Amino acid sequence: MAMTEQRVSYTLDSSLETIDSAEEKASRIATELGFPDDEVMQISMAVREAAVNAVLHGNAYAPDKKVTLAFERTSSDLVITICDQGKGMDLSKIPNPLAPENLLKTSGRGIFLMRSFMDVVEIRPTQTGTELKLIKHVHGPTAGGKEASQ
Amino acid sequence: MSMKVASRQVDGVTIVDCSGRITLGEGSVILRDMVRDLLAKGNKKIVLNLQDVNYIDSSGIGELVSAFTTTKNQGGELKLLNLTKKVNDLLQITKLYTVFDVKDDEASAVKSFK
Repeated sequence: MAMTEQRVSYTLDSSLETIDSAEEKASRIATELGFPDDEVMQISMAVREAAVNAVLHGNAYAPDKKVTLAFERTSSDLVITICDQGKGMDLSKIPNPLAPENLLKTSGRGIFLMRSFMDVVEIRPTQTGTELKLIKHVHGPTAGGKEASQ
Repeated sequence: MSMKVASRQVDGVTIVDCSGRITLGEGSVILRDMVRDLLAKGNKKIVLNLQDVNYIDSSGIGELVSAFTTTKNQGGELKLLNLTKKVNDLLQITKLYTVFDVKDDEASAVKSFK
């Protein structure tokens, strides 16, 4: 783990424990930054879904592959970056989970939930896998009162 | 808090009281096993009481869908009871509220089975 004044990052295994851990970290950091309870829930759930993507679909639980998770507080945003070392994803192959023919599918809602809960979701391939960036704007004077800590 | 389930019978309907988190991993597996076990024993009128479910992720949503379709495919019916605000909101934004028969009191849930 590495940390600067406004940024904290973690390198995590490709395991189920990582998913719970990522969610807990997101919840704690968002709370410390002063986000209201409903937005803390949204942020932590989006991070959980991103971690599920990274661990399952990206790294496929491979023990030699890592997930990196970083939280950065900028002047206007909380920026969360999750990277995996998988083969990448083809967004065009992810069906719309709200389409009537997809409503009863048992998977495929993760990215939709991230987009529902965060202000910006960016997904891009990297040289070593996929980077998923989640951004939540800071609203009002309460968020950002305290810096992220470990 | 991990997922816990317990079933009871009310007028021929099986109420499954769920508590904790329905998430990827143990939570989803526990729910899946419970529903499969009930169906295997011929219990085809099922109500999932989610009053004490405080968290559900996309895998948990998928598990609810799977329980619904599995029950339906075996000639049964599965309904949801007592959704928390968080779970209700999730079913709304995923449009699954239109798929599930959602009840807010146990007596009417039991009575609603044909």
